[in-house]
This record gives sequence, C-alpha cells and structure tokens, in this order.
Amino acid sequence: MKRVVYSGIEGRSLGYWGLMAVLGFFILMAAGAFLFMEHSGHHASGMNNQIVWGMPHVFAIFLIVAASGALNVASISSVFNQKIYKPLARMSAILALTLLAGGLAVLVLDLGRADRLIVAMTEYNFKSIFAWNIYLYTGFFVIVLTYLWTMFDPAMHKFTRTAGTAAFLWRLALTTGTGSIFGFLSARQGYDASIMAPMFIIMSFAFGKAIFLILLIGTYRYSERSISADLITRLKNLFGVFVAAVLYFTVVFHLTNLYAAEHGDYERFILVDGGIFTFLFWGVQVLMGGIIPLVLIYHSAFSHNYRALITAAVLVIIGGFAQVYGIVIGGQAFPLVLFPGKEVSSSFNDGVVSSYAPTLPEVLLGLGGVALAIALFLFAIKVLRLVPESMNLENVDRRDNGVPC
Amino acid sequence: MSKDENRSEQQAHEAQVVDAARRRFLGQAAGATAIIAPGVTLMTIAQADSGAAAEGASSAKRWGMLVDTNKCETGCNDCVDACQQENGWGAGSSDEGLSDSRQKAQWIRTVTVRDKETKHTTQLPMMCQHCEEPPCVNVCPTGASMKRADGIVLVDKHICIGCRYCMMACPYKARSFIHESLHDQKSHAPRGKGTVESCTMCVHRVDRGDQPACVERCDKGAMMFGDLNDPNSQISRKLARVSSTQIRADLGTKPSIRYSGI
Repeated sequence: MKRVVYSGIEGRSLGYWGLMAVLGFFILMAAGAFLFMEHSGHHASGMNNQIVWGMPHVFAIFLIVAASGALNVASISSVFNQKIYKPLARMSAILALTLLAGGLAVLVLDLGRADRLIVAMTEYNFKSIFAWNIYLYTGFFVIVLTYLWTMFDPAMHKFTRTAGTAAFLWRLALTTGTGSIFGFLSARQGYDASIMAPMFIIMSFAFGKAIFLILLIGTYRYSERSISADLITRLKNLFGVFVAAVLYFTVVFHLTNLYAAEHGDYERFILVDGGIFTFLFWGVQVLMGGIIPLVLIYHSAFSHNYRALITAAVLVIIGGFAQVYGIVIGGQAFPLVLFPGKEVSSSFNDGVVSSYAPTLPEVLLGLGGVALAIALFLFAIKVLRLVPESMNLENVDRRDNGVPC
Repeated sequence: MSKDENRSEQQAHEAQVVDAARRRFLGQAAGATAIIAPGVTLMTIAQADSGAAAEGASSAKRWGMLVDTNKCETGCNDCVDACQQENGWGAGSSDEGLSDSRQKAQWIRTVTVRDKETKHTTQLPMMCQHCEEPPCVNVCPTGASMKRADGIVLVDKHICIGCRYCMMACPYKARSFIHESLHDQKSHAPRGKGTVESCTMCVHRVDRGDQPACVERCDKGAMMFGDLNDPNSQISRKLARVSSTQIRADLGTKPSIRYSGI
C-alpha cells in the first residue's frame, strides 16, 4: 500500500477566491442581520409568541445535525477499520467541525440576549438538555480536534482508533441531545416522542453524507485531482442506505402517531390539510428528498453518473431542510391542546394554527451560518494538509481504477 | 353554598385583609425607623416593607388559586385589565408599539372553552399555572426559569439569555418573549428586550401580604388566592368542598392554579 500524501489545495484560482468572496458576502450580510435584530429586537423577525423558534433555528439545527453526520466517513475508517475511507477521514473531521461552528453561530446569534453568552457558559441547570448540549457541542470540538491531531502527528497515530471511537460515541450523544430538544417536550403534539433521538441520528447520517459528497467531489474536480470510482460507488451506496433509513424512521414516527388517537389531529395537519407543511412533507421531504434521490442512487441508469449523485445529494439537503422546517415550525404552528376534546379560542391565538413568514434578516442570518461553515472548510483545506493528493485505489490497497473527477 | 359557608369565607377574607394591613403597618413603621436611624440603606427599608422578602420565600407555604369558571362572565376582562395596570404590560404600558399582535406580551388572557359535543361554553382566565413540576424550569439551560420555595414560578431577568426553550416547553402558552426595547415599566415588574416573562402571581404584592391584582379586581368572586399548604386557609377549605381540576393534569405538572366548573 502506498503512503497517502496529503496536501492543501492550491486555492489561488479565480474560482476559489470568487467562491470565498460570495461566501464572505453572505457572512457579512448575516453579521448585519444579527446587528439589526440585536439592536431593534426580534419584532423585526417573523417569530412571535406562538412560533418562538423560526428560520435561524431551522438553519442551525440542520447544520448541527449535518455536522455530526459529516464525521461518518472518519468514523467508519477509524472505528470500523474500513481502510478504504481512511484517506478521507481528515476532510470528514474538519467538515464536521466547520458545520458545527456554522450552526452554533446561528443559534447563538439568534438568542434574545446574545450578549449574555457568558451566562450560558457559567450558569448551568443540569436538568436541561440545552445545558447538556452546551457540553456536548464544546466537547465535540475538543474530541474531534484531538482526533485530527492523532491523524496529523505520526507519533499520535497509535491513538487514532481510540480518539475516533470517542468521537463516534460523542457524536451519537450529541445528536441524541439535539433530537431530545424536541423529544423531551411532552406538551406539544408534534414532539414528545423518544424516536426523535434516533431519527435525528439517522438524519445526521444522510444530511452530513450529502454535504460531504458534494464538497468531496467538488474539491477533487476543481483541484484537478483524481478519485477512484469504486470509492465513490461505496460512498454512494452507503448514502442510499442512510436516505432510505430516514424515510423508514419518518414512516415509523407518523405510523406511531396515527395509532394514538390523541395525535390524530396533528397527523391530519401534517399529512393532509396543513397547507405548506403538508406540501413540504410529501412534496419536498418524501418525494424530492427521499424517493427521487433513491432512484438516482440505485437505478442502474445512473450507476456511474457523478452528476446524478450530486443531484441526489442536493435533493437530500433540500428535503432534509424541509424536514427540519416541518419539525421545528410545523410542531409549533399546531396549537397546544389545552383542553383535550374541546375547542378553545382567545386573544392569544389559542386553538388556531399559527402562521409564520420568515423575514429577510432571519434568512440572511441562517444563510450566513451555511456560508461560514463552507468558508471555514475551504480555508481549512487550503492551509492544512487535509486532502489526499490522489484517491486512486492503489493508495488504499485496491486496484487502480482512478478517474479524473 | 350555605349562608354559614359564605360567612366563614367572608371572615377568612377579612382576616387576610387585616393581616395584610398589619404587615404593611409594621413594614412602614420599620421603614420610618430606618429613615431616622443613620447609615441604614434603602434596601433595609425595602426588605422591611416586604416581610416575606426579608425572610425569603418559605416552602411552608404554597401559593395557589382557585378559579370558579361558573362565576367567570363571558366578555369580562377585568382580571386581564388589572394585571396590565399592575404589571405594566399591554394597555398598562405605552411600550411594545413595534410588535405585532402575536408578538406582544400576554401575561394573562381569557380563554373560551367549548365542548365539541354538548356545545357548552365556558370562559376562564389562563396564565402561568405555577406548576409544582414546571417544564419551563426543567428545560431552562441557565436556571433563569425558577420556582420559589413557596411555589411561585418566576424568570430571573439577569440570567435569561432569551433562548425561548421555556416557551417551547410550557403546556399553557403562558410565557411571552419581549420583541423590542421597553421604556415604560413598573419598578416592581422589571421587563426587558430579549428575555422571557410571564405571570409572577404578583409576587411583589404577595410578599407584602396582599393578593394578586387579578384576584383583587375580580368582583364576581371567580378567583380565590391563598396558601394551599394551610388546611385552614380559605382556598384549602373550599378545595376540600368543591370539585376542581388542573389544566392538562395528565401531564403531571401539578399546577397551583385549579379550576372548578369545567
């Protein structure tokens, strides 16, 4: 087996700097949106006392969930000793960190009192899954950075598997924590389900893998390096399993709810007459983000078609975003059941479905988080030796069938 | 209800009022002494003015309310008006001009409940239920949402980071987020942009021996306030006599607000 040579990408092309400039523009816009909302208050957002978490949370949760999943390739190589993925472990780990950074930035900047972040770091209520998440997120940074160290430093290689296992277990806990933010809310019809935790884990596998695939193929294509078709096929098949698993968990979640009569109204809302939420569920999450990608991944007509794979990955991201939107916004839009079996009305929108229209600052703040995550990743692969110079399979003890990407 | 019961309730109410007046007098006397005595801080006066605050809340008491929905008249909004004036929100404040109707704070609201099958309609006041097992307190990452020893659930505005997780967790939609800067506030009910707030059970009044503003204003007798831990309190005796329920009792949050007639 040849030694894998890692190097930073050149990052001098017009394309690289042009992309960085666009990402920088979005980051600046997000900074402006944050300052605007911080100064004027959240009345400038579409959020209110019925929909208390809006578009920034959708972006933040999507990115945090995807971050955990982006670590997948590294985990498979270190924990399950799949050597073929080992050269990609560094990229996988760094992407996990940058996605988490982007998501947390959005989450923190949407706080009502973002200036009190230090309070969140010094005052803890350990009954709160939110407080636990603060530890899980910061711990993830520490563990994955240590994991990267063991991969970079030859003297530390002997600890790579241990660090990788720790990172794997930690990311499972992290996504369990994120899912439990909703799963633990017993008062809301759309949440209150322990399946939220494993469902978020499997969502993280799919979303993280989709982002990883796009950035991996994009990096190799634009840095004019080659990558093995076999490796891409393996990644693709794994990706397909994750996409199917998300659909499976979605079916189980809704079937369980349908079986319990008390959740019947909520299920009717999401599946039948919830307007935008019903459209997002069937049209975007299930069809666009699940079924079509599965066809693109598994149909023989697309078996060696990178464009089809990239399309599938993009669709999974769009479908995943719709899924998180449906969970976060849809779960709040459905009215709280104050008196089961009775109709309620009040001046505070009791008993009615709440509408939500995100404003520009909210969307810009969310997009800024995505831009930050990608920009940090592009910066990291330029300045650090993260990308294998060639991913032909001779590097990974396989026959060479590398193709230019 | 018999005449005797009415009389005993009235006597108990009068005893509470006398007790409150006695506390006020003692507090004011202490305040006056403090002014005369050199080197005494304003804090001492404030604490003397509110006996319970000086002592700290005691778990010997558990403050609660009983709402008789049969006496709550449809269209009456007195409790809401009283709360607004007392605590400086809604019509009781010139603030929140930029927030839309769904963004404005609402500490207490009247909810109309209609039985789908019988069509029977009831009105009742809905506010923070001051749960014994408050989900808002459990989920708050910083501990800003807290329950006093006497059962009153409050938000510590100094450490609230505005994450709104408590609003997601509250089964009663009792909490509001402040969406803009505020200027017209009451000193006893501090509020602030970017933080969450809710009914305080008029803790400033309770601590000085008074009743919450909503209870005091309700001249229909639909709201009763008192110590649920004291078996001889007016509210405990009435609860022992009449059938009452807690909203979403199935969730096990054990609210301190009970309702009869629903």
